[in-house]
Amino acid sequence: MKPFRMLIRSIRDAFKSVIRNFSLSLASISCITITLIIVAIAVIASLNVQNFTKVIEKDMTIVVFLDSDASEEDADEVENQIKKISNVSEYTFQTKQEVKERMQEESEVFNTVLENFDDEDSPLKDTFQVKVKKIEDIKDTAQKIEKIKNVAVVRYGEGMVDKMVTAFSSIEKVTYGIVVALILVTIFLIVNTIKLTISARKKEIGIMRLVGASNFTIKTPFIVEGMILGMFGSIVPILITTYGYVAFYNHFNGYLYSELIKLILPEPFIYQVSLIVLGVGIIVGMIGSSGAVRKYLKV
Amino acid sequence: MDLIRIKNVEKKYKNGVTAIYDLNLAIEKGSFVFVIGGSGSGKSTLIKMLYREEKPTKGQVIVGGLDVAKLKNKKVYKLRRKLGIVFQDYRLLPKLTVYENVAFALECIGEKKDEIRIKVLKALEDVGLKNKVHSYPDQLSGGEQQRVAIARAIVNDPKLLLCDEPTGNLDPDRSMEIMKVLDDINKSRGTTIIMATHDKDIVNRMKKQVITLKDGHLVNYKQKGKYDNEAI
Repeated sequence: MKPFRMLIRSIRDAFKSVIRNFSLSLASISCITITLIIVAIAVIASLNVQNFTKVIEKDMTIVVFLDSDASEEDADEVENQIKKISNVSEYTFQTKQEVKERMQEESEVFNTVLENFDDEDSPLKDTFQVKVKKIEDIKDTAQKIEKIKNVAVVRYGEGMVDKMVTAFSSIEKVTYGIVVALILVTIFLIVNTIKLTISARKKEIGIMRLVGASNFTIKTPFIVEGMILGMFGSIVPILITTYGYVAFYNHFNGYLYSELIKLILPEPFIYQVSLIVLGVGIIVGMIGSSGAVRKYLKV
Repeated sequence: MDLIRIKNVEKKYKNGVTAIYDLNLAIEKGSFVFVIGGSGSGKSTLIKMLYREEKPTKGQVIVGGLDVAKLKNKKVYKLRRKLGIVFQDYRLLPKLTVYENVAFALECIGEKKDEIRIKVLKALEDVGLKNKVHSYPDQLSGGEQQRVAIARAIVNDPKLLLCDEPTGNLDPDRSMEIMKVLDDINKSRGTTIIMATHDKDIVNRMKKQVITLKDGHLVNYKQKGKYDNEAI
C-alpha cells in the first residue's frame, strides 16, 4: 500500500507542476510531438521497406544457363561449385527436357514450336535456379556463378529492384539521423523544463530531505513529470499515424507504384506503430527528466 | 545509554577553514543540552554534522547507533527519520496550512492518512496550536510559526531534536514560550534535545547541560551550566 500511495502522490505532484509551468511544458510537448511525428514516419517507412524487400527477396532468383553441350557430369560439377557459394540459400536443377515440358505446359505457342525439336538439337539449356540469402549481394553472387566452367549465361532481376532497395535504405539512414538529432534536442528541452520545476520547489525539496524523505520519493515526481510530457507529446503523432496511414493505404489501394510494392495492412500495424511512438515518447521524457534530476537535484 | 557519541572529530571546510578541532563528546539519552559559543565557534557545524548536512573530515559521529560519517547519501533519510530539526528561520511552506505543514513531514515518508491525522493533532496540541490548524504561516506570529516548525520536527516522534538558534528571531517573551514547549517535549516525550544558541538569558534560566565551544575547541561541558562570558 505504501509504494502505491507514494506513486499516487508523485503523479499528482507531476500533473500540478506540468500545469504550473505551462508554457515551458508546452514547448517540450511540442518538441516531443514533432520528434515523434518524424519517428512515426520513419518507423512506418522502414517497416514497409523491410516488408516488401522480404517479398521481393522471396521472388528473386538467379537463373543459371549451362552450355548447350554440357554433360551430366559437367552439371554435377557446376552444382558443387554453386553449393560452395556462401550467399546461396537454395537451388533447383532442371534439365532441358524438364524445361521443355514446363514451357509446353505454360503456353500453346511454345507447345507447337518446341514440338519440332528433339533432345539433340533443342535450343533450350539445362538450368539452375538459385535463391540467395542476402539480396544486396545478389550481383556479386551472380558474377561468381558466371565464372564457373560450363556456365553460359546468368540472369537475375537486375536494375530497378536493387536500385530501389538501396535508395530506400539510404533514405532510412538519413531519417534515423534526423530522429536522433531531434531526440537530443527534445531531451535538452525536457531537462530545462524539469530544472525549472526543481528550482520552483527548492524549498519543498529541502524540507523533504530534512524530514527524511528517501531520494526515491524526492526524485519520482520529477521523473513522472517527464513521462507525462512524453505521453502528452505522443497524442498528436499517434492520431496522425493512425488516420494518416489508413488514408494513405486506401488512397493507393495497398500498392505503391506497382503490384510489387505491397503496403502493410493497416490493422494491426497502426496499433503497433502507435505503441512504439508512445513508448519512445515516454522513454525520451524519462531520460530527459532523470538527466535533470541527476544534474540539479543533489540527492 | 549514550544517544550521541563523538570521537576525535575534526571538520575542515573545503575553503581551508577548520571549524572543529578534535572533539570528543557523549550525550545521554533524554538529556537537554545547550551548545553555546560565539560566532564561528563551530556550534552550527556541530549541529550540521549531527544531521549529516556536513560530514566530519576525521573521526566518528554516532547518532542512535548510526555512523553518520560513513552514511551514504542515499541512506541519509534513515538518519533523518530518527531526528527532528528546528531552524531559526522556521522553514515552513507558505502555501500550506499549519496542519498541512506538519502533515507534510509524514506524507513524505509515506504514512497513512488516518495515522497522519492522529499524530499531527497530537504534535500541534503539544506545542499549543490546536486552535490554529487551518491558518497559514503568514497569519501567525513568529513564535507561533516556530511552534509549527517544532510540531513538524516532533510529529514523527524522533529520539533527537536538534535546534539551531530557534529563538534567534524572537523577543524574550516568545523565546521563553518556545523554551517551555521544548522543555515539555523533553520531559513528556523523553526526546533528547540539543540546542545551539547564544541567548544568555535562556541558558541561565533553564539550568540545563551546557557545552561551550570556542574557535572549534570544546571549552567545557557542564551539568546545570551557566552562560560563561569569559569562556567565550
